[in-house]
Amino acid sequence: MLRNKTNNGGGWGLIPLITIAVLLGPIAAGLLGTLLPAFGGMRLTGESGFSLTPWAMFLSEPGIEMSIWLSVKTGVISTAIALLGCILLIAGWHGTRVFKALERVLSPLLAMPHAAAALGLAFMIAPSGWASRLLSPWATGWERPPDLLIVQDPQGIALIAGLIAKELPFLLLMSLAALPQIGVRGRMQVAQSLGYGKTRAWLLLVLPALYGQIRLPVYAVLAYAMSNVDVAMVLGPTTPPTLSVFILQWMTDPDLALRAPAAAAALTQLALVAATILIWFSGERAFAWLRNRSVNKGARAAGTRDSVSRLFGLSLASFAAITIIGGLISQAIWSFAGRWRFPEALPSSFGLRSWSRHGWEALDVTLVTLGLAIAATLIALVLVLGCLEAEVRRGQNLGRGGMIILYLPLILPQIAFLPGLQILLLQFGAAQGFTPVLISHVIFVLPYVFLALAGPFRAWDARIGTIAATMGSSADGVLWRLRLPMLLAPILTAVAIGMAVSIGQFLPTLMTSGGRVATLTTEALALSSGGDRRAIGVWTLVLTANAWWPFAAALIIPRLVFRNRKGLLHG
Amino acid sequence: MKHLLAAGSLVLASAAFADTDPSDWDSVLKAANGETVYWNAWGGSTTTNDFIAWVGDRVKEDHGVTLEHVKLTDTADAVGRVVAEQAAGKDEGGAVDMIWINGANFNAMKEADLLFGPFAESLPNWQYVDVAGKTVTTDFTVPTDGYESPWAMAQVVFIYDSETLPEPPKSADALQEWIAANPGRFTFPQPPDFLGSTFLKQMLIELAPDATALQAPAGDNYAEVTAPLWAWLETATPNLWRSGKAYPQTGPRQLQLINDGEVDLAISFSPGEATAAIANEQLPESARTYVLDGGTLGNASFVAIPYNANAKAGAMVVANFLLSPEAQLRAQTPDILGYGTVLDMAALPAADADAFANLDLGIATLPPAELGKALPEPHPSWMTQIQADWTERYGVAQ
Repeated sequence: MLRNKTNNGGGWGLIPLITIAVLLGPIAAGLLGTLLPAFGGMRLTGESGFSLTPWAMFLSEPGIEMSIWLSVKTGVISTAIALLGCILLIAGWHGTRVFKALERVLSPLLAMPHAAAALGLAFMIAPSGWASRLLSPWATGWERPPDLLIVQDPQGIALIAGLIAKELPFLLLMSLAALPQIGVRGRMQVAQSLGYGKTRAWLLLVLPALYGQIRLPVYAVLAYAMSNVDVAMVLGPTTPPTLSVFILQWMTDPDLALRAPAAAAALTQLALVAATILIWFSGERAFAWLRNRSVNKGARAAGTRDSVSRLFGLSLASFAAITIIGGLISQAIWSFAGRWRFPEALPSSFGLRSWSRHGWEALDVTLVTLGLAIAATLIALVLVLGCLEAEVRRGQNLGRGGMIILYLPLILPQIAFLPGLQILLLQFGAAQGFTPVLISHVIFVLPYVFLALAGPFRAWDARIGTIAATMGSSADGVLWRLRLPMLLAPILTAVAIGMAVSIGQFLPTLMTSGGRVATLTTEALALSSGGDRRAIGVWTLVLTANAWWPFAAALIIPRLVFRNRKGLLHG
Repeated sequence: MKHLLAAGSLVLASAAFADTDPSDWDSVLKAANGETVYWNAWGGSTTTNDFIAWVGDRVKEDHGVTLEHVKLTDTADAVGRVVAEQAAGKDEGGAVDMIWINGANFNAMKEADLLFGPFAESLPNWQYVDVAGKTVTTDFTVPTDGYESPWAMAQVVFIYDSETLPEPPKSADALQEWIAANPGRFTFPQPPDFLGSTFLKQMLIELAPDATALQAPAGDNYAEVTAPLWAWLETATPNLWRSGKAYPQTGPRQLQLINDGEVDLAISFSPGEATAAIANEQLPESARTYVLDGGTLGNASFVAIPYNANAKAGAMVVANFLLSPEAQLRAQTPDILGYGTVLDMAALPAADADAFANLDLGIATLPPAELGKALPEPHPSWMTQIQADWTERYGVAQ
């Protein structure tokens, strides 16, 4: 069989190793670059030796304990609510028409960069935002915006809302991808024939299997929510900010002495995320125990709170859809707005002024952004396809360890190793501009490309390859002439996902480029501090459009290519 | 032998310096041709960004210098970059060629020997600079010594909406009363933001028992001098916008707040900013500016070149172009930038001086005579300590 050919394909074994090096090399280097300064290494004064001064400086910063608490609180609450919403939505609505509609609305939100979504949410929910304008003064009586602390509130509620709106669609789509693999129908039939109510049956039998499939994505969400910079800069509090924003401020302060406490803070961020994931893991165990106990008790009552939980899931998903899409619409309106004062629901005049001011520059930056996205995605694609093909030729799937390595870049807080990477890149001298940014993007693009492609690649019917082999086709021939062409649609989807991930990167671009590479995301966030809604509108629209069109292309191209081979569209 | 080596390295050093010696302007121009200058300047204001883009077009046209605007959210980012490069031993070919810089950052870089120079006073256009009348050779009381070149004059003004607030408060006490009567209608950018810190200094100058103490470094007298400022803030903060639990992160964010009707007053360091913002439909047509009765802070904006800049010659060409009457006139044109000029009208050729005289400053810009007295900036040590204290007292909302 095909596997017998593996021995002469020894070169394929190298690709997984290269991939691991690409992923782990920069991360290990970055962590080292963070670890040393935190304990007195790499000091500018030339002194050396072990020191705890960075920790003392870090811990004596006013409000630092609140920052730490904020990171934990906003991260855990937003992840828990997003996960709960996702579970209740699937449990209560999966298979209904409402669910189909929501799925269609929420999928595009996934590709929307965090920065664009956060800015859109701020446009909507601020006291002078669009929601308030639409309701004023006829419903609220407000002639002036109320003095309400909604965006950037010290409790981090706006930040939590923004994170939920972005992470719920992510978890939902990850779950939908996992559902077919766990045989929902069979499980439900068994439980229901034993007399369990629908929701209860789902929770007891389907959920545990589903959760096993989405556990790593949940950890990635948790880690991101605890340590993100892009959403926290827009929606998060400033008195004080979250720990990761603190770290960014210190890393970029002219006072060099602050690098050392920033490194200590970055390690703290890392430890926080690790500890929280551990606690979350024990929480999973506790839930499993409760479930087993409940199963043993044998209670079968259909959940009386069914309708409440269904309503909760639906409202949460609707909230995500309405705020983000509403935000996008209001960004579009602002980008064409002339004068627009509160409480007018729409601008008193429209014009192309903002587009003519920012359009050309946005176009330039778009080219850079796309160049980066395409290059990073192609590198990732080659490595991923190489790894998957190596699996075929060596007859060995990626193990649990491999999955963890893949998820490492998504679970490790970026703020924990990127500053260290910046310091190390500088040590090597030449590293500035496009290349280091490209490398840093590949680290984050590759896992998503792998996750998107692994399923379809492995599901490809190997019998086709066997037939080709009996007809004299080599393994390479099977790969190039059958497997890859037949997998065109999933490959294009993976490319679209990879590009969206690259386009949305903020911290890697900022930290590794020395400010020399501006992307749509870094420009949009730079503008967010100035609060010019028209300029932000133009930039976020361009940003979102560029994250979306590759998906449109991934839908359209296979239809064109396979227009005479309809069977392949679903292959 | 030792001497020989020393002499040899001296020759090498001066050879390396030759094309970046500002007194030999022709070779600077020659070296600059084809260079790319990465100007790290705050990028949160669209009018400034447009102006910098125009400067880029002009220096490309005249001198073949390509100007790239590296847009910062905070000037400190660029300073941090240079510091990191020095730490890594990258003493040439640095990523930052020119920085738009202000007092504290300049002081930090100058003290750490991170700046190239002196170059400013050798620039050909320095002859037009108003050295006597404007604070262009000191930056927050620190002598510039030619390590940074001025390009715009700024003075604190307050922007208000004359329709909703016909009689704006013109002193610290009046402002305090007005805040108490109109809770939630005033705020300032969150220190350590430059403009927010400026607001604190502006209040301090008026409230301090003896403002001349601020011209010397802060010492044992710090608590005594600043006590009235903290008392003022203690009263005012609960009645600020969002009860002082959130602040705008930058100056321009305040314009959006006025336009949205969230606040009635905003501090600005650019007398022409309001006029430009009206033209861009970012402020209502009824917006105006005013200064406090006791005068307001004034200072110059500078550009500096890091010691390890990759394109020093190109950066000097840009700095010199910024001092040209052409660039200064454009910068002062209200619907473009509205920044005050650093040039001495008497030193200019008559045609240029006339062009300045004929400039219509715009509806919301105070003419120089009404701008009143420009107060000197306190020594940077005051700002550093006040920022830290403010953060400790009010930066952690509960």
